[in-house]
Amino acid sequence: MVKRRRGALLAFGFALAAALLPSGGARAQTTVTIATVNNGDMVVMQRLSSRFEQQNPNIRLRWVVLEENVLRQRVTTDIATRAGQFDILTIGNYEVPIWAKQGWLAAFDNLPAGYDAEDILPTVRTGISHEGKLYALPFYAESAMTYYRTDLLQRAGISMPERPTYAQIREIAEKITDKNNQVYGLCLRGKPGWGENMGFVTPLVTAFGGQWFDSQWRTKIDTPEWRRAIAWYSDALRQFGPPGATSNGFNENLALYAGGRCGIWVDATVAAGLLFDPKQSQVADRVGFAPMPTGDFAGGPTWLWSWNLAIPATSKQQEAARAFATWATSKEYIQLVAQENGWVAVPPGTRRSTYDNPEYQKAAPFASFVLRAITEANPTASTREPRPYTGAQFVGIPEFQGIGTQVGQTIASTLTGTGVEQALRGAQSATERAMRQAGYPK
Amino acid sequence: MSTTVAPPLGALPGQADAPERRRPVAFFLLSPSVAVLLLWMAVPLALTLWFSFQRYNLLDPTVGGFAGLDNYEFLVTDPDFWAALANTLVLVGSVLAITVVGGTLLAVLFDREFPGRNIARLLAVAPFFVMPTVAALVWKNLMMHPSYGVLGSVARGLGLEPVDWFADYPMASVIVIVAWQWLPFALLILLTAIQSLDSEQKEAARMDGAGPVAQFFFITLPHLGRAISVVVMIETIFLLTVFAEIFVTTSGGPGNATTNLAFLIYARALLQFDVGGGSAGGVVAIVLANVVAFFLVRTIARRLEV
Repeated sequence: MVKRRRGALLAFGFALAAALLPSGGARAQTTVTIATVNNGDMVVMQRLSSRFEQQNPNIRLRWVVLEENVLRQRVTTDIATRAGQFDILTIGNYEVPIWAKQGWLAAFDNLPAGYDAEDILPTVRTGISHEGKLYALPFYAESAMTYYRTDLLQRAGISMPERPTYAQIREIAEKITDKNNQVYGLCLRGKPGWGENMGFVTPLVTAFGGQWFDSQWRTKIDTPEWRRAIAWYSDALRQFGPPGATSNGFNENLALYAGGRCGIWVDATVAAGLLFDPKQSQVADRVGFAPMPTGDFAGGPTWLWSWNLAIPATSKQQEAARAFATWATSKEYIQLVAQENGWVAVPPGTRRSTYDNPEYQKAAPFASFVLRAITEANPTASTREPRPYTGAQFVGIPEFQGIGTQVGQTIASTLTGTGVEQALRGAQSATERAMRQAGYPK
Repeated sequence: MSTTVAPPLGALPGQADAPERRRPVAFFLLSPSVAVLLLWMAVPLALTLWFSFQRYNLLDPTVGGFAGLDNYEFLVTDPDFWAALANTLVLVGSVLAITVVGGTLLAVLFDREFPGRNIARLLAVAPFFVMPTVAALVWKNLMMHPSYGVLGSVARGLGLEPVDWFADYPMASVIVIVAWQWLPFALLILLTAIQSLDSEQKEAARMDGAGPVAQFFFITLPHLGRAISVVVMIETIFLLTVFAEIFVTTSGGPGNATTNLAFLIYARALLQFDVGGGSAGGVVAIVLANVVAFFLVRTIARRLEV
C-alpha cells in the first residue's frame, strides 16, 4: 500500500502546485477558459490567440484542448451540472439548438456591425440558431465528400465516377489495396462514438434507405436496410481498411491519408484544406475528390456539421468570452490565418466572403465544390420513410449522445468479428431500452 | 498451537484485550478519525443510494423525480450488465491465477542464490510502481500496437502478420496488462514468506530423499498457504475495480468484450449521462464487493487462526 500513499502525496503536491501557479501571474485580469477539440484548425487558433491577448491585454486565455469524445463528455457534464468551469465551449450544431432550448447558452445579440453575421452561410447560420437568435458563432463548417488518390487510380487504370455509389467505391478500393506496401484501399471512421463512427454510419444507413426511428419513435435498427449498410461497412473496411480501424477517428484517418496510406477516404470536407496543403500532407498533389457516395436512396438529408464557439449562460466572463468568440470567427481571423499559413489552410465553410476571395479560390481547388456541398446541405430532409427528427449524421434529440455512443460501440465490434445481425439486434434492444427510459414517444 | 512468530497483521479479534478503564480515553482519541471516515464513506454512499432511486439524466433536465426501482430494473434486464459481471469474473479470476502461480514460481526462483539477484529482484518488482494509466499506455502503444509495437515488429521479423491485440484478443490483452502489474505484488509477499521458511526443514527433507519437486509441493507450498490467502484477498479487492487499464486501451470494447462492472458504471453515468442508472450500478457493485469481501475475510480468517 506504500504505492498508494506515495501516489496520494504526489497528487496532493501537484494539485497544490497547480492551484498556486495561475494565481501568481494574474493581476486584475479576466481569465477566459476555453474548451476545444484537438483538430488542426483549433490548434492553429490556440497558437494565434497570442495576438488576441496582445490586442486585449486585460484578457488572459486558458486552453483546455481535448480529444473529441473526451471534450464532449467534459463539456456536457460541465454545462448540465452548471459547474461553470468553462467560459467558451467548442460544440457542434447538434448541441447548440438543444442546449439553447434548455437555456444553457448565452445568445449572441447585438453583434458588432463589423462582424457581419449576414456573411455566414445561411445553412450554417440556421443550424446554430434557436427561435431566430444565434446561440453560437461558427468556427468552421463542413459537409462530407470522397477523397481519393489520383495516382493509385491511374496506376490501376480506373477512374472515379462523377457521382460514385458505395458499390463502386468498394470495387475501386479492392483494386488499389496493396497491403504489402501498407497502402489500404479504404479508410473510414471506426472509432466508437456518436460523433466519430456514427457520423459516417448514419448517412451510410440513410443512403441504403434506413433510419433510426420511424414517425412513431419506434426503433428501426434491426432492419434489412441497416443490415445491408453495416455489412457493406464492415466487409469493406475489414478487407481493404488499415489494421486497427476501430481506433481510427477523423484525426487518425487524416494522418493516415496525409501519410499516403489510404486510397479512398470518405469524410468531412474540412479535411480538404489539410490534404491539399503541402506543409501538412505528403500527397497534396495527388488528391482527387468526388461527392459523398450514394446508395439506392438518393436525396436524403446531407451531412452538415459546424464546430462553433458558444458561451454558457453561467459564465461570469460574458464580455471577455464574447470578445474572443467574435475575434476567432471573424473575417479578420481568417485573413490572419491566410497570412500565417496560406489561404489553403483557413478555417472553411463559414463565410461567403472566404469563398468570394479570388486568392482562396486559387489556393483551394475544392473551394466551389465544398461551398456547394455546404449551401445545399439539407439536414432536415426526409429519409426514405418519414422521420420525426432532424439531422443528417446525428439524431437531433438530447438522448442521442448516449444512444449513439452505445450503438457506436456495437457497430465497431462488427469490425473485429461480431456478426452484423447479432450486433444490430443488440443495438436495437439497447436503443429501445434507452428510448423507453427517456420516455419516448413524447 | 505454538506459533513462533505472530504474523504482523494488525488487530485480529483475539488481540483486543485492552483494560476496561482505558476504553473512554481510547474512544475519545479515536473519534475524530472515525468521524472523518464515516463522513468520507457515508455521504457518498447515501448520495449514491439517493440518486439510484431518481430519474436523473444530465442530458434532459426536464425529466426528473422519484423512479422507484426502475433504475434497478433497467440494470438487471440489460444484457450488458450480465456481460459485464461475467467479464469482471473472468478478469479477476485470470489475473489471480496468473499472479498466484507465477508469483509462487518466481518467489522460489528469486529465493535462490545467484549473481545479480538483488538487481533481478528490483527489476521484477518494478512494474508495481508504474501508474496503471502509464502502464496501459506503454503496453498499448509500444508493445501491442500492430504498426508501432514491439510485438508487431517481432511478428513482421518472423514473416508473420502482426496481431491487432486489442481488436482480436481484447480481454486477453487487458488480463496480460493487469497481471503484469500485479505479479510483482504477489512475488513480493510470497518471497518474504518463503524467506521465513526454516532451512532446517528443507535440509531434513533433503536428507529423507525428497527431490526439489517434492520439496516444493510438500514443504514450500503448505508454508505459503497463508501468504497466498492474503495475496488473493488483497488482489481481489483491487481487481474488482480495475478501470484505468480498460479506459486507456479498449474503452470497454470492441462491443462490450472488455466492459467490467466498473467500466459499465462509468459508461452509464458519464458516457450516457444517466446518473440514476449509473448510481444503481454503483450500489450493485458495492453490494457485490461486500459479499465477496465477507466470504474472503471469513475463509482467510479461518486459515490464519490455525
